[in-house]
Amino acid sequence: MSKSSLKQTLKDLDTKKISIRELNQDYLKRIKENENLNVFIHFSEDNVLKQIDNLENDNSAKKLKGIPIAIKDLFCTKSMPTTAASKILENFNPTYESFVTQKLLDEGSIFVGKTNLDEFAMGSATNTSFFGNTINPLSKENKPLAPGGSSGGSAAAVAADLCLGATGTDTGGSIRQPASFCGVVGIKPTYGLCSRWGIAAFASSLDQAGIFSHNVEDASILLQSIVGFDQRDSTSAKVDIPNYFENLDDDLNGKTVGIPKEYSIDGTPMEISQIWEDAIKVLEKKGVKIKNISLPHTKYALPTYYIIAPAEASSNLARYDGVKYGFRSEEIDSLDEMYENTRAQGFGREVKRRILIGTYVLSAGYYDAYYLKAQKVRKLIADDFNKAFKECDFIVTPTAPSAAFPLNEKQNDPIKMYLNDVFTVPASLAGLPGISIPFGKDKNNLPLGIQILGKHFDEQQVFNAAVSLERSYE
Amino acid sequence: MKIDKNTINKIARLSRIKLDDKESEDYIKDLNSILDWVEQLNEVNTENVEPLSNISSSILPKREDVSKDTNSSEEILENAPDKLEGFFAVPKVVE
Repeated sequence: MSKSSLKQTLKDLDTKKISIRELNQDYLKRIKENENLNVFIHFSEDNVLKQIDNLENDNSAKKLKGIPIAIKDLFCTKSMPTTAASKILENFNPTYESFVTQKLLDEGSIFVGKTNLDEFAMGSATNTSFFGNTINPLSKENKPLAPGGSSGGSAAAVAADLCLGATGTDTGGSIRQPASFCGVVGIKPTYGLCSRWGIAAFASSLDQAGIFSHNVEDASILLQSIVGFDQRDSTSAKVDIPNYFENLDDDLNGKTVGIPKEYSIDGTPMEISQIWEDAIKVLEKKGVKIKNISLPHTKYALPTYYIIAPAEASSNLARYDGVKYGFRSEEIDSLDEMYENTRAQGFGREVKRRILIGTYVLSAGYYDAYYLKAQKVRKLIADDFNKAFKECDFIVTPTAPSAAFPLNEKQNDPIKMYLNDVFTVPASLAGLPGISIPFGKDKNNLPLGIQILGKHFDEQQVFNAAVSLERSYE
Repeated sequence: MKIDKNTINKIARLSRIKLDDKESEDYIKDLNSILDWVEQLNEVNTENVEPLSNISSSILPKREDVSKDTNSSEEILENAPDKLEGFFAVPKVVE
């Protein structure tokens, strides 16, 4: 069976061309064949078979009945352990289900496993995981490539066809960048569209759940199933949500696309500038008006992000103290020793680095100079977008400044690693929805991604532009 | 240099993370280079700019102020590294 779409599979299940068992056994086989990619932190064939049994005895109609879905191991799941790719949660078995995964279960989907990620979603290459690197399925022999990150396992799971869709989370680009690296579709919706309840928190003013899929139509179906208001997340939005899939419309005639000049940065490979130009040309042919826009504070987005995100992380990760759940050090002569040793041994290097920097920028005497300053610049970045969206309906940019790079490259230089998120972070700071779709290849035949950004809660426009570009590329 | 040995020790203590000497040295280097890099924000004039702490454009709804007793202490204790008679257990704090 070649890569099948979710839409087609739902039809095939409906017309009984294939059974839920046959479908999932096919995926199980591929998962076992691809163990070397280290896509999953947790995978249990028995668990999947049990879910199949349960669904076979279930006669109710469900929208995603029998569909194999992979879950980023940052979402709490009752049926599987949840680690956030950290030693500190190595043996954590949640006693509750996250909002997003509960919605997927209610729709009848089958969880094939929990996917690898950067520890606590901190990273851009899925190489800070306690459970080892994930390998990009597009790697050539002997030249393993990074899948991007932090949701690298989920992106790789879709790229290797180990599931029909996967959940991810995106704080500064953690869905869009790995989607670009692995040649799949990845959408981060507007901040607040999906409840964060039951997702291990990284940076609460930025974290948002989203979806990976083989194509834009599938993404529109899957996103629909995880959105919605939830009073357990105080930032969860109570907004009207259209039926994304039914309203998909690739006719963009009369729309205006914004092209931000600040996204042409020195050192971007020619091929990436080229696919950006190609995308603009395609849109122009479709009757879209091209508008050159300016987002003047773009260059300050990364330093702003790398103050705000670690500051929030240092506060969120204070809960991992060896008392209530997770790992506890053996060296516990006093309570303080227990905390300090537990956290020293339980967290990896990048997580500690971010906790330390976050603690510093929030500490007495430095708060105004760093954290407050960053929050003010964040306001200016958000205002840039607000102004730009008065003149355009959506914005098109490249997703990442490179194609997938070799595993372990950039590992020793944090700032170089941070620069991966240069095109994705600004929209995260502004809380905007963004999608990455595969659009062209580089000279090594590796996929490159185009990013489409929309106004707050205008996921429909983002999907419409994405499906239009996708159909013209195919 | 913004971060020296004393500062890193102070931050590590505030963060409740024990660092050995080698780690301290590495983090002094990393944190200084990151702080030098974020310094570029000082180029931006932020006079009269309100700090942005919540990006959501939706109105955050209120909920009814009612208590719910889920009686889940057993569930909550399930993942505890150490527990005693329905409580989390930690090393002795008072002699």
